[in-house]
Amino acid sequence: MKVLVLGLGNMLMGDDAFGGKVVSRLQERYHFSEHVLLMDGGTLGLDLLPFLEDADRLVIIDALQMQAEPGRIFRLEGEEVPCAFASKLSVHQMGVQDLLAVAELQGNLPQEVVVWGVQAGTIEPALEMSPEVTRALEPVVEAVATELAGWGVAPVAA
Amino acid sequence: MANVDPITRIEGHLRIEAQLEDGKIANAWSSSTAFRGIETILKGRDPRDAHHFTQRFCGVCTTVHSMASIRCVEDALGIQIPDNARLIRNLIMGVQNIQDHVIHFYHLHALDWVDITSALKADPTKTAQLAQSISDWGKSSATYFKGVQERIAAFVGTGRLGPFANAYWGHSAYRLPPEANLMAVAHYLEALEWQKDIIRVHAILGSKNPHPQTFLVGGMAIPVDPNSQNAINADKVALIRKLLRRARVFVEQVYIPDLLAVASFYKDWAGYGGGVGNFLSYGDFPMDNSGSVESNWFPRGVILNKDLANVLEMDQAKIAEYVTHSWYSYSNGDDKGLHPYDGETNHKYTGPRPPYEFLDTEAKYSWVKSPRYLDQPMEVGPLARMVIAYAKGHPEVKQTVDFVLGKLQVGPEALFSTLGRTAARGIETLLLAQKNETWLDQLSDNMGRGILEVHNGEKWDPSTWPKEAAGFGYHEAPRGALGHWVRIENGAIANFQAVVPSTWNAGPRDPMGQMGPYEAALIGTPIADPEKPLEILRTVHSFDPCLACAVHLLDGSGSEIIKVRVL
Repeated sequence: MKVLVLGLGNMLMGDDAFGGKVVSRLQERYHFSEHVLLMDGGTLGLDLLPFLEDADRLVIIDALQMQAEPGRIFRLEGEEVPCAFASKLSVHQMGVQDLLAVAELQGNLPQEVVVWGVQAGTIEPALEMSPEVTRALEPVVEAVATELAGWGVAPVAA
Repeated sequence: MANVDPITRIEGHLRIEAQLEDGKIANAWSSSTAFRGIETILKGRDPRDAHHFTQRFCGVCTTVHSMASIRCVEDALGIQIPDNARLIRNLIMGVQNIQDHVIHFYHLHALDWVDITSALKADPTKTAQLAQSISDWGKSSATYFKGVQERIAAFVGTGRLGPFANAYWGHSAYRLPPEANLMAVAHYLEALEWQKDIIRVHAILGSKNPHPQTFLVGGMAIPVDPNSQNAINADKVALIRKLLRRARVFVEQVYIPDLLAVASFYKDWAGYGGGVGNFLSYGDFPMDNSGSVESNWFPRGVILNKDLANVLEMDQAKIAEYVTHSWYSYSNGDDKGLHPYDGETNHKYTGPRPPYEFLDTEAKYSWVKSPRYLDQPMEVGPLARMVIAYAKGHPEVKQTVDFVLGKLQVGPEALFSTLGRTAARGIETLLLAQKNETWLDQLSDNMGRGILEVHNGEKWDPSTWPKEAAGFGYHEAPRGALGHWVRIENGAIANFQAVVPSTWNAGPRDPMGQMGPYEAALIGTPIADPEKPLEILRTVHSFDPCLACAVHLLDGSGSEIIKVRVL
């Protein structure tokens, strides 16, 4: 079984850097099984397709707009996933939702997709995230590690 | 679960407002409704690091911003790169262009011309006959097309249309027979596989994709060495050659025949979408490492008023950006243009609070600035590149453009249109797909002769730099002329400005009242159904609007923002 852990978002846009930052913390903190690939997907669209194809399970980490207070953490799965990304767009109108739909059309959608997201505070040009969203980094790092453990690919502390 | 209202990324929204009179567009306004001003992040940083930030301007065109910002620093410091670095850069840029163009044609633009719902009604046997009549491409049996049709039917049956949602299926302006629609949909799926294959070249030359890591001021950071496992060696050259060849065959046997087949049903679109008629290209793809403008395979130049008999020299000093109708303020007054070296990015939003119905287009109405050359609006992109090369008598461009015009039985004036823009992108893809292999041959030849240098480190150390320097870095990105301007003072970035292709094309009016290229291109276009303005999408999409740099076409609920006022 192959697992892809995909952080999404723009590193230059404040809280949108959340996904990428969680991925880099995970990489610093743990050693992963050869079956787990961690990736900072940035804001790319179709370029991510080959990575989805190779994955049986997918964890996406991203900043979301859930009409909640900034920093609140969400875990989404199943039908909630395409809804959460209904207008997060990337290449050529290919957003995460479209990426997943295209993978499904090709018969390559990972059998399980889980999103760990945080309610964003500010999305504007900045290299730092808001304090509320920064505080969510640690719990999400641990949550992803636990998620992986549940799939039998627990990371080992570095 | 509660309301889900996701955040859009840096792309911002493209919003088109159009005014209809007697069924035709009488006036149009192009607005981007999201702020971008990432340049401010670069001030004070080491110019050698600029590309690490600029490649994140945009999630999609990572390589193009890396390229332009490295070149502006090299220009400022007077650095000449080794021949191998030139060839590797040409390959990376060439691959970026063809991948982008194929994705644009099949995954963005095709749905403006191809009706997926009609494909479900096609006869697979007749589809096979059609496909075989226009190309030698192998995947063309009735069984194959039947399989594709069944896959699409099953997918549509799930109710999750994904990328096919929000289109105007069944619109009267769709004109392809069901079989042509099915063939195009099959190729939509094949192009998805194709683009994954070709982009592997970036993973090899960039050490990593997404976000290639091998760009470096002074050359490239990937070693070239026939005897090393960790370098570009003979095995990797062989793999790249295989990928480039497969890419070219797809372009020759699928993309170009499809483009010609689809275009033949829409020849009236050679009469719409022309726009400003002024074109600008910085030139790119150097054929030697002299660093001279003349060495560029795609030439530099400017054409005014569609005058193919006169190609003017392009001098970047004649570029100025206006903010009269953009949500910025200039310290010396908003009606004066600023050259990018002196550019300012101070935002000043004066628009309505969302949600709103219409923008006040008499005042400021966009986050995109209005760049002008000699105070004229300029179209940039594949059409600009092809028209300028054609007018300069570029042999390969002339031959291929004349071939396409001949096939469609139209004259050169047809280039100045929505159809011409879409055809120019295909022509350019074909030329680059063929040229890529020659650059690889030269790289392989250099390796064989023991020429392995990839980096010029003479000016790497900031102690070798002048106290003050300024540079212009250009690149002909898939969407057009991309310029980065840097001022370096005491080893740090004092000012950095990027003028991206979609700023040229999508910008609003200037203080003289001249429309930007999108706006001008929409004038006179007939709209069959104001509720479903498919025709606006055709023309705006023909420019390949850059989602990430300036604009995109969807609003928060996933539908395109187009407001049409009927008089």
